Amino acid sequence: MSNFTKEDIQYYANFARIDMPDAEAEKYATRLDTLLEFSDRLKELDTTDVEPMTHPLAIVNVLREDTPEDILNRDEMLKSVEDHEDGLIKVPNILD
Amino acid sequence: MNFETIVGLEVHVELKTDTKIFSPAPAHFGAAPNMNIHPTDLAYPGTLPTMNKQAIDFGMKASMALNCDVARVMNFDRKHYFYPDNPKAYQVSQDDRPVGANGWIEIEVDGYKKKIRIERVHLEEDAGKLTHSDNGYSLVDLNRQGTPLIEIVTEADIRTPNEAYAFLEKLKAIIQYTGVSDVRMEEGSLRCDANISLRPYGQDEFGTKTELKNLNSFNFVRRGIANEVERQEKLLLSGEKIVQQTRRYDEATGQTVLMRIKGSANDYRFINDPDLPEIVIDEDWIERVRAEIPELPDARKNRYVSELDLPAYDAHVLTLTKEMSDFFDETVKAGADAKLASNWLMGGVSEYLNAEGKELKETPITPAGLASLVKLISDGTISSKIAKKVFKELAENGGDAAVIVKEKGLVQISDEGTLRKVISEILDANEQSIEDYKNGKDRAVGFLVGQVMKATKGQANPPLVNKLLLEEISKR
Repeated sequence: MSNFTKEDIQYYANFARIDMPDAEAEKYATRLDTLLEFSDRLKELDTTDVEPMTHPLAIVNVLREDTPEDILNRDEMLKSVEDHEDGLIKVPNILD
Repeated sequence: MNFETIVGLEVHVELKTDTKIFSPAPAHFGAAPNMNIHPTDLAYPGTLPTMNKQAIDFGMKASMALNCDVARVMNFDRKHYFYPDNPKAYQVSQDDRPVGANGWIEIEVDGYKKKIRIERVHLEEDAGKLTHSDNGYSLVDLNRQGTPLIEIVTEADIRTPNEAYAFLEKLKAIIQYTGVSDVRMEEGSLRCDANISLRPYGQDEFGTKTELKNLNSFNFVRRGIANEVERQEKLLLSGEKIVQQTRRYDEATGQTVLMRIKGSANDYRFINDPDLPEIVIDEDWIERVRAEIPELPDARKNRYVSELDLPAYDAHVLTLTKEMSDFFDETVKAGADAKLASNWLMGGVSEYLNAEGKELKETPITPAGLASLVKLISDGTISSKIAKKVFKELAENGGDAAVIVKEKGLVQISDEGTLRKVISEILDANEQSIEDYKNGKDRAVGFLVGQVMKATKGQANPPLVNKLLLEEISKR
């Protein structure tokens, strides 16, 4: 049973800005179907009395006091961007 | 066909913490570009976010002040999107377990009271700031990236643009009183989006909504909603369908403009943030935060009306900001008559602040100083005209009104003998006016009072001058 279409894969690939040619998209569609079928089996479990779990470790309340600490040196940081101007990072124009 | 307007608001409020929500970088408005950045804000490999306790306290405090239930267990989720304002490509937010839920605030508008329900209050991080240029690129400042926010989402309970305005005014006052934010729209620490739809009266289901952005003042919110309602009404009446989309309010034209067709929530691919453990909030924590909430605007308003006999209007205006309300309380505590103090704060003081573009705390005026002025007016030492002169001095150089009055010799003349002497001289010089008055021209008295005030440099006690003047005229 096929659930994912080639178009689905390309739709999601676009979110991650991954280039996804047709042939590859079809391959992933089949593979993801297999994964989905497998994970569907989990739905058969009765979880009525099970608390939702967000983390594998039972650690809670990891908190920090509101005290400023060292920050990045701007010149260092700007070395890792492609282009900058007056301390601002330059990116291709993206209009909303 | 008549349509009912349905509006829900989403309000973002920046929290006034010293550091960002998940990193120890400073979180302040107005720093030089890209100076307040921690590697965590950029999701550099190997970094881990750590939760700012103060941001949680602030989120809880705001939730309580907005009558919400506070979560006992909450967590953070990642909301994915690609945009250069956030180098992580996801915003950390709260999806299904927000800090506050099921709240409400009461508004009073156009003569009726109404409760607007608040669906949820959730904590999240702000994104960086983009400046678009027209030569092919945008400039990014990531200082704001990671600044703590609360998003307040109302139920779709708002029915008119005025209700939206009243809601925002009230929300702003409440948040400002709690001290968790400066709530300054002009600095971006309060931002508002509106979801707007129409439905025929009597229909239960909501119509398709549009989301309105770029509402940069409460007035623009009011006008933007009114304009969007008009646009949708025209479409519906001509048989067209509303398309779910995001629109931008254009301040110059007053119209709303299409920004984008909205994707579905699934596109954000929410997941629990695995780097941020759950937060468990116990009774002690809740009580500690609750104890820090000061008297809120409604409680003060009621106190002003019931204990100080102020008109409801005065109570409303005085409680719009905590600064003004605190100042009023202190002035009354320093011995000033409540109604006179209120008149001065809403009148002379506000006029001065507006003209100078200042806030109370930026002037040398103190509650004790204003109280000293009000007391001199109450006991008749100075006239209201002289009071204006004294106030100017107070506003510019501070100090005590009684000292200023003494030093400048501005004490009101209430000595009958002194005044009768001045009045006689004025009457001698203005026999025509006496004639006029006796012939029924009442305004001749006004002229004579004016002459007396002029002769005494405004220091004569006006009601007394009036009384003595009539007595002296009748003797002639």
